[in-house]
Amino acid sequence: MSDTILELKNVSKIYGSMGKGPSPSLRALSDINLTVNAGDWLSIMGPSGSGKTTMINIIGCMDTPSEGSVILDGVDISREGAASLTRIRRDKIGLIFQQFHLISYLTAVENVMVAQYYHSMPDEEEALEALAKVGLKDRARHLPAQLSGGEQQRVCIARALINSPQILLGDEPTGNLDEENEGIVVDIFRRLHDEGVTIIVVTHDPEVGDVAQRKIVLEHGKIIQDIDQSATFGQLSHLIPTGHTAHP
Amino acid sequence: MFWRMIARTLVRQRGKMLMIAFTVILGVSLSTAMMNVMLGVGDKVNRELKVYGANITVRHKEAALMGDLYGLNEGLGVNDKHLHEEDVLKLKTIFWGFNILDFAPLLDGRAIVSTGRGKILGDLPVTGTWVRKHAQLPTGETLDTGLRALRTWWDAGLEGEWLGEDDDSSVMVGRLLADTHGIHAGDALRLSRDGRERTVVVKGIYTDGGNADGRILGTLGMVQALMGLPGPGKVSSIEVSALTTPDNDLARKAAQDPRSLSPDEYETWYCTAYVSAICHQIQEVVRDGVAKPVRQVAESEGAILNKTTLLMILITILSSIGSALAISNLITASVIERSQELGLLKALGAYNWQIALLVLVEVMLTGLVGGVLGYFLGIGFAQVIGQTVFGSTIEIAQMVIPIVGVILFFVTLLGSVPAIRYLMALKPTEVLHGK
Repeated sequence: MSDTILELKNVSKIYGSMGKGPSPSLRALSDINLTVNAGDWLSIMGPSGSGKTTMINIIGCMDTPSEGSVILDGVDISREGAASLTRIRRDKIGLIFQQFHLISYLTAVENVMVAQYYHSMPDEEEALEALAKVGLKDRARHLPAQLSGGEQQRVCIARALINSPQILLGDEPTGNLDEENEGIVVDIFRRLHDEGVTIIVVTHDPEVGDVAQRKIVLEHGKIIQDIDQSATFGQLSHLIPTGHTAHP
Repeated sequence: MFWRMIARTLVRQRGKMLMIAFTVILGVSLSTAMMNVMLGVGDKVNRELKVYGANITVRHKEAALMGDLYGLNEGLGVNDKHLHEEDVLKLKTIFWGFNILDFAPLLDGRAIVSTGRGKILGDLPVTGTWVRKHAQLPTGETLDTGLRALRTWWDAGLEGEWLGEDDDSSVMVGRLLADTHGIHAGDALRLSRDGRERTVVVKGIYTDGGNADGRILGTLGMVQALMGLPGPGKVSSIEVSALTTPDNDLARKAAQDPRSLSPDEYETWYCTAYVSAICHQIQEVVRDGVAKPVRQVAESEGAILNKTTLLMILITILSSIGSALAISNLITASVIERSQELGLLKALGAYNWQIALLVLVEVMLTGLVGGVLGYFLGIGFAQVIGQTVFGSTIEIAQMVIPIVGVILFFVTLLGSVPAIRYLMALKPTEVLHGK
């Protein structure tokens, strides 16, 4: 579990002219160094504008750094082209969004199968199993509009997990959820962590940030804190409301 | 999964898809109608233009030479050069015989004309012709032809009646001559030439609008007898009305000298109804004859046909451009509306071409439905145009189907270009994080 899955070396992201034109540039990330081991559960926290989303976009192969390098599973992805990044993202990354982003005209199981379709081959049985893992097998034929926010987020997690990614990336995954559903989602993360899935979660919520194994805090594009929470990890079960569990 | 997504999108976006289909229906129906009319209109326009008379004249080669060199249309060296009446019916036996609609031999001469009361009106031009000849071809077919079919506009201002084909005791007189000498329908005239005399009754006064207004028109048999020409069946010229194809470079080259053509060019030219090709074939059957197009009429036909075709092509192009622009707007609006969904697909690992394919297939399917409906609507439009303008149905050209298919494909493809470009540039980070 100690193999390095992700390494950021002197990563900076600068928007604008980078000092070469008249318009001012914005340094969203500044000289970031970060190593994530396989199986880690990392939370990234910080105020708005601190560079959390930029960092997750770069890790998720949806953006490239202006400077520095990003080594994902031994491959430097920082200079890859768009098509190559798409392939790497498809094969290695599972994405969870704050606003779920389910396709409104497809059922829960079909939303999961879309990720399969662009990865390899849609397999309904497998998609139903993924939904079962997040406790939604009986809601598989429902459209997103017929699901609660928590259920939609669980479909989003099932979709992120369906292709067995090496890293599960969550961008404020509990940001739109009430406390009860937040607990269910965190419980799912805990189980996935137990299964060895690498989880990186951007969050504003200190309680969600604190349940992770490790927490980094960003401010003005720099890591100002890198806290190993292994000592307290697993002790914050208050987030899981009594009588609610995502276990099938 | 692909087709499931397509089907659900088509249902969910049915409003926009119906608008796209409607746009395609309009464009395709117009293109179909215009192309069917364009392909079927040639003969119809040609037939309409036949009201302007003959488009080919055949004269004796020496008389034609005098006309070409000295501008002489009568007198010594012209009036004494004759074609053979027996050759006239051979016109229907040439390769393009079916394109020969009507023809009439003409015999020009002069006679001393006096009224029934003995008043001499002068030495006036007289023309003999087939008025409405019923004849049997060597093939056994029968036909009715003659000057009456070539001078349809005489009917409008005709005072009295037309001559009968065998009415050797009657004549028709041109309006100018009639007004000059006070001749009316029913008057008797005496025609004399070199001691031969005929007394005839004026059956009709016609208005031609040209030189014929100063002539007296009789049957061919009567004028031949009056002129006392040696040998049987002499005629001065033959007027021919033929369906022709507008000239192109090949036809113009052939008109200069058919021998300058290569064998392939010659075959193409000979087997196309160019006026020069028909003239060439006429000369092959009329002894000593030189056939020449009446340029004014032939060129007018070609020009009108070309302009009609150009107008229809322009309408087709403009309707296609209009459809492409409308489709472009609708697809772009649809894609912008779905940018979050399409950005998500990119985030999930879809390549640009996969998303472009998704959108293109949706639009192509919608276009296909619109295209089929538009095609049948266009056939209806073509028939309406045919009935309204030409009073007949327009034959449906099968070749319009692939042409419309290709136009539809490219119009839809071109209309999709702005939306596809937007898709290519779409970054998942911008639509998924709301930045």
